[in-house]
Amino acid sequence: MSAGVLERAPVDRQPGATRRRLVARPGVWLTWGLVIFFFVNLVGVVGSVVVSSFGDHWFDTWWPGGFTTRHYAKAWGDFGLFHVLIVTLEVSLIVVGVAVLIGVPAAYVLARRSFPGKRLAMLAFVLPVLLPPIAYGIPLATALYRVQLANTLVGVILANLVPSVPFVVLTMTPFIEQIDQKIESAARMCGANTLRMFTRVLMPLLLPGILAAAVLVLVRTVGMFELTFLTAGADSQTLVVALFNSVSGAGIRAPQESDAMAVLYMLTMLVLVVLALRFVNPTQLVTRVAEERDR
Amino acid sequence: MTTVRAPARPALRHRLAERGIDRTLLLLVPGLIFVGVLFFYPLMYGLTLSFQPRHGGGPFANYRDFFRTPFDRNTILTTFKIALPAALLNVLASIPLAFRLRGRVRGKRLITTLLVLPITLGTVLTADGMLNFFGLNGWFNRVLRSLRLVDQSVTLTGNYWGVLISLIVSGFPFAFLLTLSYLSGIDPSLESAAATLGAGSLRRFRFITLPLLAPGLAMTFCLTFVLAFSVFPSAIMVGDGEGRTRVISIAAYDAAFDAYDYSKASAIAMIMATIMLIVVSLVLFGRGRLYRGATGGKG
Repeated sequence: MSAGVLERAPVDRQPGATRRRLVARPGVWLTWGLVIFFFVNLVGVVGSVVVSSFGDHWFDTWWPGGFTTRHYAKAWGDFGLFHVLIVTLEVSLIVVGVAVLIGVPAAYVLARRSFPGKRLAMLAFVLPVLLPPIAYGIPLATALYRVQLANTLVGVILANLVPSVPFVVLTMTPFIEQIDQKIESAARMCGANTLRMFTRVLMPLLLPGILAAAVLVLVRTVGMFELTFLTAGADSQTLVVALFNSVSGAGIRAPQESDAMAVLYMLTMLVLVVLALRFVNPTQLVTRVAEERDR
Repeated sequence: MTTVRAPARPALRHRLAERGIDRTLLLLVPGLIFVGVLFFYPLMYGLTLSFQPRHGGGPFANYRDFFRTPFDRNTILTTFKIALPAALLNVLASIPLAFRLRGRVRGKRLITTLLVLPITLGTVLTADGMLNFFGLNGWFNRVLRSLRLVDQSVTLTGNYWGVLISLIVSGFPFAFLLTLSYLSGIDPSLESAAATLGAGSLRRFRFITLPLLAPGLAMTFCLTFVLAFSVFPSAIMVGDGEGRTRVISIAAYDAAFDAYDYSKASAIAMIMATIMLIVVSLVLFGRGRLYRGATGGKG
């Protein structure tokens, strides 16, 4: 719209000003310089992991002496990566499924109804997303120990559901609000009962929102370190926890093996992010509840 | 009389429905039960457990011990020393960049997508990469040495700087994306109006944009600070784990999983949550005193 033109208007007053502006304002160069510096380091951080995982021997040189894939083979066996991947897949898919099943109906009520105590209910869903996992993870892990669910797959799934269910609720509520309520009334008037109205009318409209929420929960669960770390046992750790354990508890194995696992983790994440970006815009991957709450 | 009273007292179901309570609300029940059982109950359980110290000494023994033992007490200061600079730096650095990228700029989506990567990759992977890249023989130090900027490698992992860098790598994109979304919410025609009236770019920023953006910045600071304050994996991986990077979350973890003293661990977790709540409410209180116009940065 005209906003973009208006915004630039003061600077573009004389012809050829754009070129001179770049020279005249060191602030611009400084900003971009810092951004480029940030990205160069980011590429370095990620790239050095990839190079190292393929490196044959790499000590005091710019580049490894040779390239090999043996670290992958060794990491695959040593860390039982197949099992770890299966666990990761199980945990994240179950978490996504349950979170959507519990979260979407709750979001529907919060979007459509006003009732006494609604703000309280909203607060109950905001808090678990707002509080950092480590602060409530320790009491949660303790409680899970008491009912003997810690160190089990069920425990890991339950712990990961804690931020996921509220997350689905908070992303779905504004989405449902923007669906016209008249559509539901029309369906009712044409004689649809609640079930038919839900499956035939509401569901198709909700599907894009549910997909977006599901994919966001998937990315978060695969990347969720703290809660899984606090509740997982040796048999129930996900990829990111296995990676942490191998890096921080290293000593016996070559660091390249950890790097190989890191690359595997990175690839998993990359696939998920590419998948996620088909449904959501990049900002949605990170901004948590800030926007919903500040509506 | 009866004819008057009958319509005045309809069935309970109808009266409840008028106030918005009907069977649809049942859809909310699973969600609330879930949050109650798995979030609020453990939190309360932890709270009560923290008042039942394992070694006796009255209900407040855990808290008293924490504040009396320098090794534990200092973790609060350590955490602040890491989290405060990290959060401030991330928020301040994201303002100029967000300014460059608001509105329609070529490559905006590319930059935001690239910035999302370090967050989704997570601190564990970032820390692992940092061990390679910022290590004594890593590429970063090699470049510095070959440019003759330093004679000897700079130690950037296994200490305070490692943790700070890891918090910038994952926290800066987060702060930037938030700031950008707040900044995009400010109507650009306000600034144009000021420009028409002859205000220079510095004055426009000082008197138009900054006041509108300030509430959003406060929110961004809060969220970034909470993230930084609860730093855990990278403090172990790229910090020294003791001394200058023994943050409060490590103290809580050690109490729970090294000493198996869940009571003390819960107490530390409660202290941690309380400190975060205090900081957040302080900032939000200050934010409440700021101008919150209709066209604000959504803050």
